[in-house]
Amino acid sequence: MVDDNIKISIRDLSIQFGETTALKRLSLDIFKNEIFTIIGPANSGKSSLLQSLNRLNDINPAYHKNGVVLLDGEDIENLDVEQLRKRVGIVFALPFPLPLSIFENIAYGPRMHGVKNKARLSEIVEKGLREAYLWDEVKDRLDTPAMNLSGGQQQRLCMARILAVNPEVILFDEPTSGLDPISTARVEETLRDLKVRYTIILVTNNVAQAARVGDRTAFFLMGELIEMNITKRLFTMAKDKRTDDYLTGKFG
Amino acid sequence: MKVQLEQKIAFGFLFLCTLLVVVPVLIILAIIFAKGADALNFEFLLELPTNGMTSGGIFPAILGTLYLVLGAVLFAVPLGVLSAIYLVEYSQENFLSKIVKLAIVNLAGVPSVVYGLFGLGIFVLFLGFGASILSGSLTLGIMILPVVITASREALESVPKSFRVVSLSLGASKWQTIQHSVLPHALPGILTGTILGIGRAAGETAPILFTVAAFYLPSLPQSIFDQTMALPYHLYVISTQVPGIPESVRYGTALVLLMLVLLLNLSAIILRYQFRKRKKW
Repeated sequence: MVDDNIKISIRDLSIQFGETTALKRLSLDIFKNEIFTIIGPANSGKSSLLQSLNRLNDINPAYHKNGVVLLDGEDIENLDVEQLRKRVGIVFALPFPLPLSIFENIAYGPRMHGVKNKARLSEIVEKGLREAYLWDEVKDRLDTPAMNLSGGQQQRLCMARILAVNPEVILFDEPTSGLDPISTARVEETLRDLKVRYTIILVTNNVAQAARVGDRTAFFLMGELIEMNITKRLFTMAKDKRTDDYLTGKFG
Repeated sequence: MKVQLEQKIAFGFLFLCTLLVVVPVLIILAIIFAKGADALNFEFLLELPTNGMTSGGIFPAILGTLYLVLGAVLFAVPLGVLSAIYLVEYSQENFLSKIVKLAIVNLAGVPSVVYGLFGLGIFVLFLGFGASILSGSLTLGIMILPVVITASREALESVPKSFRVVSLSLGASKWQTIQHSVLPHALPGILTGTILGIGRAAGETAPILFTVAAFYLPSLPQSIFDQTMALPYHLYVISTQVPGIPESVRYGTALVLLMLVLLLNLSAIILRYQFRKRKKW
C-alpha cells in the first residue's frame, strides 16, 4: 500500500564508509511538499543520508549501504541513476559554480538531458533564475563567468541550476553555512516559496534556521535518529534530554 | 651582518647555477645559427639534394620529419588521452592499476634505440609494414605515448573534483561529465604533453633508424608505405657518413631541425594559450 502523501520512504537504512558507520538503521518518511529539516552536530550522518537519497554516495568506492530508499514507492536502486539524480536534486554547502557563464551554468543540466533548442533553453534559464530570486541581479550579464558572482549569489545560482532540471525533491546540504545573514535570509525565503512545488529536505547546523523554515524537524546524533516531530513541538517539548540539550546549546 | 652575507652568497650561488644551465644552451644556439644561417635560402628549404647531397636542398628531409611527427601525434595523442581518461576516471585504485601507472611512467625513461628495435621487430617485420612512414610514425608514437599519458593524467587529476560531483548531481552521466566538465578543463595540460611529445618525436634518430629513414632518396615519398628521409637522420648521415659536405650545409640542417621543432612547439603553445584564456576559474 503506497501512501500518496509520502514522497520518500526510508526503511532500515544503514550507511558505512569502509569501517566507519555513518548512519544506523534509519526509518523515516518524507511527505510531499514539506520542508523536512535535519539538525545535529557534525558527524551525525546528516550529509551521508542526503547523498544516499540521490545515490551521489555511489561515487565513493568505500560507500556501502543496507536497507531501502523508496521514491514514490519505487526502490531507488532500481531507477536509472541519471533519472534519479534529475528527480532528486542537491544543493551543496559550498556553492560550486561550474567554470562557465551564468547562462551555461543553468543550461548545463537541461543540455545534458537533451534540450538543444536555444529559445527553450533561454526560457528554462530565466525561469530557474526567477525562482531562485537571482534574475533581476544577473539578467544583464548572463554571459559573464559565474565565478564572479558573490557567495550568496553563487548559492542562489546553484539553486537555479538544480531548479532548471525540474526536480521533484531538492536536498539542501547546509546551504547557508558560508553565507552572510542577508544572503541567508534570501535563501530561506526562497525555500519557503519552493515548498509549494517541491519536496525539500534541508540539512542545517543552524538550529534557528530549522525553527524558521522547517515543517518537521529531526534530530540526529552519531548516526542515529534521536527524535523527530513537527518543528514547533520539537522545539517546545523535546522528549529526549539529548535533543533538549542540543536545542538549548548545551553541546553542538 | 652574517645572515645578510650568507644570503648574498646563497643567491649568488643559485644564480651561478642557473647561468651554467642557460649559457651552454645559448652558445649552442649561437654557433648553430652563426654557421648555418648562410646556408638558409629558399633553394635549401625547398629543393631535393644534388651532387651526392653536397649541394641542393633538404626538402625531402623536412617533409619526412613533418610526416613522421604528424603520424606520431595522430597515433599517440588520441590513444594516450583516452587511456589517461580510463586510468583517471574509470579504473579502481588497486594493485594492478598502480603497476600500470608505474609502468607508464617508467616507459618514458626507456632509451629511444630500444623503441627503434621494438618498431623494427613489430611493425617492419612482424606486421610487414616494411621500412615505411607508417612504421616510423607508429614507433615514434609509441615512444611519446608515456609522455602524453602522464601529462594527460596530471591534467585530468588537476580538474577539481567538485566539477565532477556537480555535473553528476545534475543527472549527467559519467561520460557526459567527462566530456563537458572534465576534458575541456584538462585540455591545456594535455596540450603541454603533446608539445613535449612533438619535440621528442621530431628530434629522435634512433627510433627511425631501423624503421623508416632513408640514406638518400631521389624522389619524395608517395604513400605512407614508402621510406622517407628525415632531418635528424639526414643530419647524422651528412655529418658522419658522407665526406666532403660543406660545413654550412650541416649546420644549416641542424638549424632547420631546431626551427622546425620550435615552430611546432610554438603553434601548440599558442593553441594552449587560447584554451587557457577561456578558463574561467
